[in-house]
Amino acid sequence: MLKTILKRIVQCIPTLFIVVTFTFILTRAIPGNPAQTLLGPQATAEDIAAMEIKLGLDQPKWKQYIDYMGDVLHGDFGTSYMYNQPVLELIGQRIGPTLQITLTALIIALIIGVGVGMFSALHQYSAFDYIFMVLALVGVSMPIFWLGMMLVNFFSVNLGLLPVSGRGDIANGLWDVISHMILPCLCLCTIPMATFARITRSSMLEVIRSDSIKALRARGISERSVIFKHALKNALPPIITVLGLQLASCFTGAILTENIFSWPGLGTMIVNGINNRDYMLIQGMVLFFAMVFVVINLIVDLVYMVINPRVSYEGGGA
Amino acid sequence: MKKKQNMGEAITDALGTASNEELLKKERRANSAWSKLKRNKTAMVGLIIVCIMIFIAVFAPLLAPYDPTAISPLEAYARPGENGHILGCDHIGRDLLSRIIYGSRVSLLVAFGGTVVAGIIGVLLGLIAGYFGGIVDSIIMRIMDGMLSFPYILLAMVLMTVLGSSIFNVILAVGIGNIPSFARVVRGEVHIIKNEEYCNAARVIGVSNARMLFTHILPNTISPLIVYATLGIAGAIISEAALSFLGLGISEPTASWGSILQTGKFYLNTAPHIATYSGIFILITVLGFNLLGDGVRDVLDPKMKK
Repeated sequence: MLKTILKRIVQCIPTLFIVVTFTFILTRAIPGNPAQTLLGPQATAEDIAAMEIKLGLDQPKWKQYIDYMGDVLHGDFGTSYMYNQPVLELIGQRIGPTLQITLTALIIALIIGVGVGMFSALHQYSAFDYIFMVLALVGVSMPIFWLGMMLVNFFSVNLGLLPVSGRGDIANGLWDVISHMILPCLCLCTIPMATFARITRSSMLEVIRSDSIKALRARGISERSVIFKHALKNALPPIITVLGLQLASCFTGAILTENIFSWPGLGTMIVNGINNRDYMLIQGMVLFFAMVFVVINLIVDLVYMVINPRVSYEGGGA
Repeated sequence: MKKKQNMGEAITDALGTASNEELLKKERRANSAWSKLKRNKTAMVGLIIVCIMIFIAVFAPLLAPYDPTAISPLEAYARPGENGHILGCDHIGRDLLSRIIYGSRVSLLVAFGGTVVAGIIGVLLGLIAGYFGGIVDSIIMRIMDGMLSFPYILLAMVLMTVLGSSIFNVILAVGIGNIPSFARVVRGEVHIIKNEEYCNAARVIGVSNARMLFTHILPNTISPLIVYATLGIAGAIISEAALSFLGLGISEPTASWGSILQTGKFYLNTAPHIATYSGIFILITVLGFNLLGDGVRDVLDPKMKK
């Protein structure tokens, strides 16, 4: 077991190495001269040359690559020229608001999604089951940026109930914070909720048809105990996998959601960075997001191994 | 005893041939993928939606009531139904319905194109990795893992920054992000198929690697690929819309569902119908592809039945 876990952790190293390499290649391929962008259109040729030396852009590409690797290993993700601050520091400031909506949305999605999925599975082919599953399919197909705009239009423009944008301030009371969170979270939790409902339903259906559950029922164990103690536990592995994937896609969804609601998180910052050609910021944030993904995948696999010992990572599994 | 058995066979034979064959044919027909799909109601709804959207895209010039780029400042922000504009007009008086109809061309082109790009490259890499195994497999799959580690939309955003915005580049950006998933699906399949009896037989006869890969292995990976591609198109439509929405995809004056939505974002207060209707088209189309994909999966791969 320990060996398998260690092996899985070691597998991350080449992936991370490739991630850093990709990030380097991608950001170097962005057209334009970073030194020129940094200094503005009025800069003289000498200034630009001096800046290129300072940024190490005069070096051959392979030397730049090695330097970049070294910097990343030392935890230096570069400095944003737009904010004039180290990228990691900026990420540190912005990650709070992003986690605030992604985690809230994910928890709401998990509770409602799994609940609905279980209900549907236990009442298979009932009217509720059909309605929930049609809704879930619509949810999975939802372009969330459109949903966000429709929510703004309905709740903020038409009804004037909820604020359109921003994060609110705890100084104005708890409601100010919550009211600013409602629409972004609603927008962000749609896809995960629908996905949880679908996966929980199918996983539960498989489990409650199994012999072990029939045996438990035959022994006269209460229905509640059969469902919540035994069936749910056995239905968990696929839900855990999806949880990891959804956490990762919530981070991605935050890029779009934050953009609609002007939420001051990582998503708005990276879109700003791209629009202003802030190379270092783009490079640092892409790398950061990719690393978060690698770590989330690792954790999902490890948790999966612990709760489902049948999984083997030996041999040629994909 | 033996005689009796022979007699029994003779009787079924005499009774059988004609009606038996008829029965067998009927059963075969009922079991074919198409008739299974026909019996799956939700899949048929999906197929109908997809067909309608493709029809709209192909015959856009005949269906659109107005020129999608014709500006008419007097009719700016016209509400749905005003002056004969069924879905109203946008901020510079262009007919919204015509723009959405023409936009379906770009959106579907990007979605199909992106999926084809991802499919071709992904399938090739998956075939090679799965078939040859060893160091080749490790290298290809580690690179795929690395690519999968980038959040899809972020990778597409950076690619658009690198490539510059044009329809072709959006196809590339949407496609490149999807390569790893195709490669993984195919590699997994190849792993199973290459050890099947018929592959061993082919190997014994001395079939070349290329022939082995393309005539014996590839056709047997088709079912999961069709499922994957159908669902992939749904994702690609959303990706195009998301990129355009962020201002990195299709840009004005070309109409795509995403670029109309982006315009709608700016005029949400004054003309909410712009965003509303273009989004509904995206939602319905994506829903159609998802329904169809789910249905095809149920038919082609009963093991994965949800």
